[in-house]
Amino acid sequence: MSESIERAPSATQYPRYVDASQVRGKFETTIEEVIEAVSEVTVIARRDGLVALMTHLRDEPSLRFDYLSDIAGLDLGEFASPRFALSYHLYSLTHNHRLRIKVLLDEEDPRVPTMCPLWKSANWLEREIYDMFGVTFDGHPDLRRILMPVDYEGHPLRKDFPIKGY
Amino acid sequence: MGLETTVGDLLPEVITTRLDALVNWGRKSSIWPATFGLACCAIEMMAMTDARNDVARFGAEVFRASPRQADVMIVAGRVSIKMAPVLRRIYDQMPEPKWVISMGVCASAGGVFNNYAIVQGVDKVVPVDVFVPGCPPRPEGLIWAIMKLQEKIEREKVFKEEKVA
Repeated sequence: MSESIERAPSATQYPRYVDASQVRGKFETTIEEVIEAVSEVTVIARRDGLVALMTHLRDEPSLRFDYLSDIAGLDLGEFASPRFALSYHLYSLTHNHRLRIKVLLDEEDPRVPTMCPLWKSANWLEREIYDMFGVTFDGHPDLRRILMPVDYEGHPLRKDFPIKGY
Repeated sequence: MGLETTVGDLLPEVITTRLDALVNWGRKSSIWPATFGLACCAIEMMAMTDARNDVARFGAEVFRASPRQADVMIVAGRVSIKMAPVLRRIYDQMPEPKWVISMGVCASAGGVFNNYAIVQGVDKVVPVDVFVPGCPPRPEGLIWAIMKLQEKIEREKVFKEEKVA
């Protein structure tokens, strides 16, 4: 067995989270808060200007988030306000770094602009969020249920959804 | 279907009862399963056909990929609500006579998947002849189910019973 295998330096390092302060000044109205914890960075963003922020994160050469690895949906509970949250997990294959963008949504108006034009992977991820939480994505090309049957009632991962369904 | 409608009408009744036994013997000796593996139970279902367990001893080793050629559907695993119409369709495509074995606790009653996505018992979708307990049942358990099904087939009336006045 060989003792050492040559690897590209980026592949041997754990992906690190990017310093979000550089975008903060540029998107003051969109970014509410930047949280750093356990060497991970979360940007709390508003829905307005989200597309512009995401476009910048993707296209800026020093950031280059070319891969939307996941979108997570959260229901913070029936009595929480805002009730829903979406968490976009961005990754840069070029720079091997990550960033998390979190958007909070009110129960009365759970809708966000779609990220499909920016990342193709957003299509199915957003369909899953729609299926499970009932969050609407404006401008999505094909917003149908993806996991549950088409005639299914309700959104199963909402906290007020009965465990066995309606 | 087939034999009972043609031969049955022509022959006297004494022979009819014997034909029952003959036809049932033929049917129980070659119950070909339709492949319907849905989860981990399917691994045990496959193991049932291997050299150690050898379900060929009971004439049920020929797994058919087409429901048209199958006699028994072994529902091996959890049935999701989305899968239920597919399961029913496969069942409807099987020619008579047909039987269903519900393998394992998930297919029989939902098991640990007591949630919004899983059908709580496959008998809500198709009529079940034998339920097999276990999570998953060992291959011996499934062979037991096939033997129980054979006993059931033996007792079946192939031809129409004459009404006793």
